[in-house]
Parts: sequence; C-alpha cells; structure tokens
Amino acid sequence: MEWETVIGLEIHTQLATQSKIFSGASTAYGAEPNTQACAVDLGLPGVLPVLNEETVRLAVIFGMAIEAHIAPYSVFARKNYFYPDLPKGYQISQMDHPIVGQGHLDIEVEGVTKRIGITRAHLEEDAGKSLHESFHGLTGIDLNRAGTPLLEIVSEPDMRSAKEAVAYMRKLYELVRYLGICDGNMQEGSFRCDANVSVRPKGQSTFGTRAEIKNINSFKFVEKAINHEVERQIELIENGGKVVQETRLYDSVKDETRSMRSKEEANDYRYFPDPDLLPVLIDEAFKAQIKAHLPELPQAKKLRFKTDYQLDEESATILTTSRPLADYFEATLKASQSEPRLCANWITGDLSAALNKAGLEITDSPISDERLAGLLKRISDNTISGKIAKQVFEVLWQSPATADEIIAEQGLKQITDTGAIEAIIDKIIADNQGQVEQYRSGKDKVFAFFVGQVMKEMKGKANPAEVNKLLKNKLQG
Amino acid sequence: MHTKSLTELAHGLRSGEFSSVELTQHFLKRIKQHQDLNAYITVTEETALQNAIVADARIANGQSTALTGIPIAQKDIFCTLDIKTSCGSKILDNFIAPYNATVVEKFNLAGAVLLGKLNMDEFAMGSSNETSYYGAVKNPWNINTVPGGSSGGSGAAVAARLAACATGTDTGGSIRQPAAHCGITGLKPTYGRVSRYGMIAYASSLDQGGPMARSAEDVAILLQTMAGFDPKDSTSVDLSVPDYSAGLNNPLAGLKIGLPKEFFSNDLNSDMAATLETAINEYRKLGAEVKEVSMPNLRLAIPAYYVIAPAECSANLSRFDGVRFGYRCENPVDLTDLYTRSRGEGFGKEVKRRILMGTYALSTGYYDAYYVKAQKIRRLISDDFKMALTEVDVIMGPVTPTPAFGIGEKIADPIEMYLSDIYTIAINLAGLPALSIPAGFINGLPVGLQIIGNYFSEDRLLNIAHQYQQVTDWHQHTPKGFE
Repeated sequence: MEWETVIGLEIHTQLATQSKIFSGASTAYGAEPNTQACAVDLGLPGVLPVLNEETVRLAVIFGMAIEAHIAPYSVFARKNYFYPDLPKGYQISQMDHPIVGQGHLDIEVEGVTKRIGITRAHLEEDAGKSLHESFHGLTGIDLNRAGTPLLEIVSEPDMRSAKEAVAYMRKLYELVRYLGICDGNMQEGSFRCDANVSVRPKGQSTFGTRAEIKNINSFKFVEKAINHEVERQIELIENGGKVVQETRLYDSVKDETRSMRSKEEANDYRYFPDPDLLPVLIDEAFKAQIKAHLPELPQAKKLRFKTDYQLDEESATILTTSRPLADYFEATLKASQSEPRLCANWITGDLSAALNKAGLEITDSPISDERLAGLLKRISDNTISGKIAKQVFEVLWQSPATADEIIAEQGLKQITDTGAIEAIIDKIIADNQGQVEQYRSGKDKVFAFFVGQVMKEMKGKANPAEVNKLLKNKLQG
Repeated sequence: MHTKSLTELAHGLRSGEFSSVELTQHFLKRIKQHQDLNAYITVTEETALQNAIVADARIANGQSTALTGIPIAQKDIFCTLDIKTSCGSKILDNFIAPYNATVVEKFNLAGAVLLGKLNMDEFAMGSSNETSYYGAVKNPWNINTVPGGSSGGSGAAVAARLAACATGTDTGGSIRQPAAHCGITGLKPTYGRVSRYGMIAYASSLDQGGPMARSAEDVAILLQTMAGFDPKDSTSVDLSVPDYSAGLNNPLAGLKIGLPKEFFSNDLNSDMAATLETAINEYRKLGAEVKEVSMPNLRLAIPAYYVIAPAECSANLSRFDGVRFGYRCENPVDLTDLYTRSRGEGFGKEVKRRILMGTYALSTGYYDAYYVKAQKIRRLISDDFKMALTEVDVIMGPVTPTPAFGIGEKIADPIEMYLSDIYTIAINLAGLPALSIPAGFINGLPVGLQIIGNYFSEDRLLNIAHQYQQVTDWHQHTPKGFE
C-alpha cells in the first residue's frame, strides 16, 4: 500500500525582548542559575504579572508578516499543571483567544511552491529548567528562563513529507530572524519545534491517528525524527497494529522516538482566563503604527530585486533571506553605481564563500559595503579585470586598505594602451610561428593559447577585450 | 489614648500631648494584656518601636502625614518585608516575605507604625476565623462567639482597641462581615481601587483590600493612603483618587436609598429587620428618600461565587508546592510524594475543600456547565446592581443574617457557613464598593448596616456613613473589659 504522511508543526519562538513577558527581569541567556529570576518569576505569594508590551508588538509584527488576522481582543489563560520548574503551578498562555489568527507561509521544495496554513500564534511564558546532573540524586531548579516570552506558532497539518516540514521550519526561522523578533539561537533554545505526525493510505481524506514528537531542536533532527516516526507508524499498521495518540520524545543519539505519555495520561490543563491580566486590546491605530514601521518582507523584496535589478531567481532568493544581507547588497550597489548583477554575483559568490569559510555573518564581514563598492567601481570602469579583482578581494579581506590603494600599491591597473599590448603581441607571434600556422589553417582553438601568452607576459593586467581584438587582427595578418 | 480617633491621635502627636513611641508602647501593652483574643499572629514589637522613633523625628521636623506615628496592624495576607507572612496557614508558617505589598509600602511611606500581623481564616477562606492554623479569634463582645471572617483578627483588634486601625481583605464579605460582628466600620472598595500586589491571592477577580476602623472618618483617612493605581497590578484602575475626607459633611437631603426586596424577605430574622429599619429611619430623618428595588438574580450569588472563587483559588494555590518556599514535608521519596504530602499536610480542611471544588469546576467536561455558567450569572448580578443604581444612589441592607454566632457552631457544616455571607457575596461578584457600619445591638452583639454604592463612589459612601455616625453613637460603643 502507498502511504501519505501528514505533518503539522508547533514552533516555539523566543521573542527578542530585553525583559520577560510578565516581569522586569532580564532575558539574557547563560547567567548563574536563579540570578535572573525576580519575585514574579519565582511565583512568590502575592506577586502579579504585568504584560510586557513589547511582546505584543513583536507578535503583531509576526502576524502581519504571515498576512494573518490580528485579534482585536485576545486573552491570557492559565494552563494548570504541576512541575518543579513551573513556579506558579500554571503557565500563562493563550487558549481561546490567541493574538494572531489564521495566516500562511509559502515554501519551496524541489522547485515547487506550496502554501502552508498557519492556524494561530499565541503569546506565552517559558518555564524554568530542571537540572538533574551534579545534585546527587536531587534535582536543581534554575528559573532564569521562567517568564521568557514565547510565541507559539501552530501550523495546519499541511505538510506531506519531512522535507516539506524542514522547508517550512527553515522558512519560518528565516522570517522571524528577518523580522528581528527572534535571535534564532537554536543551541540556546530560541527556536524549538514539536511535530504532529500521522500517516494514511494515499487517497484517504480523513487523517490517521497522530503522535506528537516533542522537543526537536535542529533542522536535521526534525527531518530524521519525522522520517523515523513515519516508518514506525507504517510498520506498526502494516503489522496489524494501531497508532495510539501519544506524546513521543525524539532521542537524537539513538535516532528513535519513544513514548512519553499516552492520551489517557495527558494532563487536563483546566485552562481558564487569567484574572490577574486584562484582555489585550489592539486597535487600528496600533496596527497602523506597526505597519508603518514594518520592514519590507522577504517575498516583496525578492520580487523587487527581480524586477528592479533584473536579478535571477536564485540570487534574489539568497539576497533576501536575511535583512542585513539585502541591506548590504543595496548599500554596495548604491555606493558603487555598478551593474546590479555584477554586485549580486560578488556578494553571493566570493564574499559569501569567504564568510562561510570564516564562519562569519554578513554583519561581521571584514569587507564593509563601502570597500566592496570601491572594488566594483574599478571593475566597472575597466581599471581592473575580473581576474585581478579576485586578487584585490583577497587583500581587502585581510587588510583595511581600499581597493584603490591596493591597485595603486601593487600596480594592478589594467593596461589599455594599445601600443604596449601590440608590442607584446608582435613578439609572441614572432616567437610562436608554428601556432600561427595552425591558427591560420583553421585551428581556432589555438587562439586561446595566444590570449594566455599575452596575459602571462602582461601579468594579467591587459584589458582582455582589447587583447582579443588586437590578436585577431594581427593573426589574420 | 486607645479611645481616640485617628484625627485626634494625629493631633495629639503633633501637639506633643504624647509621642508615637508612647502611643506604640501603649498599644503593645494592650496587645499583651488581651492575648487570649488571639487577634494577632505576629506582634512586631521591635519594628513598631523603630517605626515610632522615626515617626517622632518626622513629626518633629513637621513632615508628618495623617498617619505618621499611628499604630496600625496588617492582616497577615499582606506581604511584609522580613516579617513572617502566614496567610493563616501552616504552609506559610515559615515564610518570611522578601518584599512589601504595595499597601504596606504605602503605609510605610506615610509613616505609620506596624504593630503586627493579624489573624485570619486560612488563605481568607472562611467566615468565622476558625479555619486559621493559628486558632480561632474571639469576639471581644462575647468571647464565646466568632469575630467573623476572614478578617477576624482585624475586626477583633480594632473593636478591642488593640490597634488604632487595621487592614482587611474582602473576597465575599471578609471585611464587612467581621466589621459587622465586631461593631466597627469596614469598607470594601471598588475592585481595582486598591492594589492587590503583595496581597496573597485567594480569588483574584474578587479579592480587594480595604480599611477597617472605628468610624467612617477614620476609614476615609486610611483609604486615602491605600487607594490608587499601581503599575504592578494590571487590574488596579488608573483613576485619580478623590479627597475622601472632603465630602464627609455633605448633607444627605434628597439621597435616594434602595432596599432590595430580596434582602428584606421573610428569611431575614425579625430582630435584624427591626434594627435595620431603625437605622434606615435615621436616614429618612436626614432627608433621604427610601424605595424598594428588586434584584432577581441575587439568589444565584452564592452558587456562582462557590464556582468562581474556588476555580481561581485552585490555580492561585498551586504555587504552594513545597519546592521554593513554605512548608515541605519531611523526607519526600519522589516528586509526587513531595507534592502530595507538602500540600496535604500544609493546607487545612476548608482550603482543600475549595481547591477540590475549583479543580472539579474547571475540568474538561464540566467547565462550561460550571465555570462558564457562573460567569454568566456574575454578569446578570452585575446588571441587576447597575439597573438598581440607575434608580437610587445607594443600596442598603443587612451585612449578615444574624449577629455573631458561637465558636464551633457552624464549622462542621460548610453550607451553613457559606450562607452567612449571603448578603455580601453579590457585591464582590459585581465589583462594587460597600461598607458596613455599626447600627445597633441584639443581645449585646453588634449589628451592621451595609451600604452599597456605584463604582468608585467610596467618597459618597463614606459621606453617607459619616452623617449617620454624627447622629448615632453605635460606632463609639466599646466592648466590656476593653474600655
């Protein structure tokens, strides 16, 4: 039987705010345990939550980016369960009235674009951490993370393969970083994924029973965990078994999922509106203000890069996945007044390769947009050839000098003086009569040999177009 | 000194008739003398005397407020920095609060002297002060009767003159009912008027702190300090605070008083009815018009309250888990054992009962039938009040069905106990302000009159109470042995 996989993802995005969602404590990562947990985060008797407005702003930015309905009225609710790292015995989340309603995100897999529905996105607080090591059979509780703002983004069950799930997760990851609402640090847990996975016979319209795989924190593991789970479910059904609704945990070391709790064991969270917090009211003015400051979204920017700059699909996509990269491109372009495709090629080519190799982000590039523009100017006005430009680029990467300084210092200026080139050509023709004969008898390939010889003699500084023209004339003699 | 009003005390302090240290020592002595009332859980003698020294210096510098140097006591539900804050529970018996509640902070800033922390029903759940881990409080009018609850320690302390004044909190009647039973004046402000920050939550959407003192004049002074927007409490209301003392002497001519027929049915005992009728006649004499109003949904208040309050408390009390503070059972074998025994041993019977009721009401399959329905009833009750308050300025009625009942009389029967709040609970559901003033005695026990006003009309309520207290002296009676 042929099987179809159905996947929906729940992604917890940590919002990039200075302070926590309901207290003034810092959200900075990595402090000594419990040094960034104030009375509110500790859930002391008598304390009350006060909503950090910045989290609302970031959630609305996200909602607008996925063209979602922004709820004019949303409500915080208490999700009740006991756990040592959940100080109040309930998590403040949103249930019936999330701040962001239905939206969507377009993904591309193997050249095909697919629209993935986003059911909702809601604000909630993170819990602390239980530390089981080095406490001699006891558990340590670190509440620094308690109260960190999260936006939980829930997709529709629209994905049909692990590849699609990864593409969606990546696209979402790029979007939240692009919008500046999440720092995207996956090692620190800023972007975490739970996957709902089920299988059904191809052609069947109803969904199979799903399992929820918790806590998969890298793109690689998402693909592996889903593929593993799909195999497990198919094998189970084909052997006459039944998938049970349950929560499973992915073990990246053993590359397997294992049962955490069944539906019967699941908590009854007893959600109810949190009486300590007022409903969040969002009016048109607030939305208009955010919209006015909303950055141009990747999709729109890509389209603009394609039409305004005549970039191809690939370059436009690469340049618009990150806002700093797109900004770098436009700044370089403006400063150099060069041909956009030339500019794009240098950034997506040599510069990106060098950054990758060094493990740097565009924001940390040793070559500023201005210095790269200096190089592109000299390529555009034929001061240097593309080949020499690569040489200059190497120096730009390592020293603070400008392209002009490097060209002058190393004498790399292209020779366009016809007389000088002609003299060299004459000498080479004289020295290589055999090849001249071959060329004249119709062996066009030999032409490249002459170009190479001239360039070698001139240390690459000759203008290639000029060399070609003059060589042709002389050889035809 | 203990018989003086707050205004008289402030005058005495400023004129040098007595110092704050002397006044404080006097009250501390009285507290010791009358320990058997069990009004205090903690007496903060050292803090009090330090506060008094600072207050005297402040008065000498001419920088005093109406409360500088005045000895007050806080209900033990308000967190007090470095001082045990038990909320009347074993589970917090070892809890030393690391911060001050906003209300406490405000009294500190005003220069008031903290005498100690007052006894109360455990987590404010009770109507007799008998659910306290620290034992029942005795009513100074008759030590065999209850002082009411949950602010029973506050009621008894003010009535017995063991503090110049006190704070209380009111979720279903917990300020008004003990005020009535102890013959003092107690105000439950509009929900959102006084900050709840640092006030240990029972039912967050109903809890409201307020003042308890002997007269409306004193209550006005206290409310002046307690009221106001607090950025730390999202449910506190950002509305300017009027001068509560300024309008106390406004005449009442033309005041429209509504008497809900549901409050004055045959269910009301005839002695109570007669006492209240006399009080209302005083208002007629002061120029008020009295008419009957109807609030048909009042009868639903108790059932709605006993869904909403336990539901909220079931979540509010989850933080008492033995993990970070408070009582922890000995030698827990695992996490479940830690939870079940810490909570099982730390909470009293009534608290457990309400946590169970609330957990049940919020459970899948019951939520709509209980919680959602109770919220609908709550809306209906609010609408009843709003409607009535378009016809009249204030609503008057009883505070309690009977005067103070005997210690041990109702504690075994929760329903009977719950019914003792039948006249006060609806007001919390509606979020309205209401106060209780002494209006007579039955068999030597005080009776309270309840005055309910529109949202944020505390100034008007205090004016109405004060005018009554100008023509009656019920509020000046002192229980025997405490003169």
